[in-house]
Amino acid sequence: MANKILLEVVTPSRLVMSEEVELASAPGANGVFGVMANHCPLLATLKVGEMHYVNDGQAVRLAISGGFCDVSNNRMTVLAESGELATEIDIDRALRAKERAERRLQEAEARKGEIDMARARAALTRALVRLHVGGAQT
Amino acid sequence: MASLKDIKLKIVGIKKTEQITKAMNMVAAAKLRGAQQRMEDFRPYAEKFSSVMGELAGAGINPKDFPLMAARPVKRIMLILVTSDRGLCGAFNANLIKAAGKFLDSQKEKGHEACLSCIGRKGNVFFKKSPFEVVQSTVGIMGNIQMFNARQVGQNAINLFLEEKVDEVHVLYGRFINVVVQRPTLNRILPISTEGLGGAEAKEPKGAKATYIYEPKPEEILNQLMPMFVNVEIMHAMLETGASEQAARMTAMDNATRACKDMIADLTQAFNKARQSAITAELMDIVGGAEALK
Repeated sequence: MANKILLEVVTPSRLVMSEEVELASAPGANGVFGVMANHCPLLATLKVGEMHYVNDGQAVRLAISGGFCDVSNNRMTVLAESGELATEIDIDRALRAKERAERRLQEAEARKGEIDMARARAALTRALVRLHVGGAQT
Repeated sequence: MASLKDIKLKIVGIKKTEQITKAMNMVAAAKLRGAQQRMEDFRPYAEKFSSVMGELAGAGINPKDFPLMAARPVKRIMLILVTSDRGLCGAFNANLIKAAGKFLDSQKEKGHEACLSCIGRKGNVFFKKSPFEVVQSTVGIMGNIQMFNARQVGQNAINLFLEEKVDEVHVLYGRFINVVVQRPTLNRILPISTEGLGGAEAKEPKGAKATYIYEPKPEEILNQLMPMFVNVEIMHAMLETGASEQAARMTAMDNATRACKDMIADLTQAFNKARQSAITAELMDIVGGAEALK
């Protein structure tokens, strides 16, 4: 146990997971970083992206969107706006979201609506990350 | 005295009402369980969030650097009023609306203008007819509260605040204390106060804490987290109101069911009395008739 760190992923609607892990990596705003046991205190903001952790040699992937991460006292807490384990991802839904976002992006481009475009782009990123983590061919 | 048939009809009617209120009570109880669960699920997120904000606030930042913390002379305030979408929950919404009215009047006395953002149909309907301006209404979502609803309201509030169209934002919601007590509670959410951020952390001596690595800089993190903090506060208010609404409805319906039972008992007694006197009168008739034949 000495070489493990407690990883918790929390979203507004639920506790996604809470487990002692050997290694965790998260998509920081300044790039992906990894955290192992006894990491020094760290506070970082996160991007929409893929997270993974390793426990007993088993790697598990998660899709998270936005939020931040706090490491202290051998405990890593990820607060994300949404988070799903790879096995929980609804691929069909993500595919639909991707198509919808692409369509919106085109519409916004035609109208030169900057806010709409940013929103569509963010939605597209989220959908792509979900698809990627969920293991679908894109 | 009402005739036997009239009383009978009344009893039947009240029995039907009793069935309805009983059913509503049970539905509210089930929904309350769900709403309380959601509140519980949200708590770890909210708690962690404020502890991190406290951590950052303790890192020695200057409130003046952050537009969302900037206090300025108040000319116009905004109240985010969270009520339920549906009625039949006793005095719950009435209490919230009364508290809102009181707050708005007190602001008016101070010479501040006031406007509203209403979440939930009941408050919206009431204040649409009042002299106060309703700048945003979010209705029909209290049955299924989602983070993006809170984000929409929060974003709007933040934009108005940054454009200096409002100088303070307060939120009024029905705080869930327990199943019988729900209290209208007022919170200021903008500008964000240092005490609000500090929470428990502020009491600790600063030097005792291990130094954090910040990525990116604390200021940048705070700038990103502050809008989210506002959303979290609104979400929290919405979830509390949601649970309070169901609890209030449960108690109201319980009272209604009990009142129905009392009325049925009274009416049944009246019915029996009327029936008895009818029988007696009939008997007297027969006896009188037999007497006359002798």
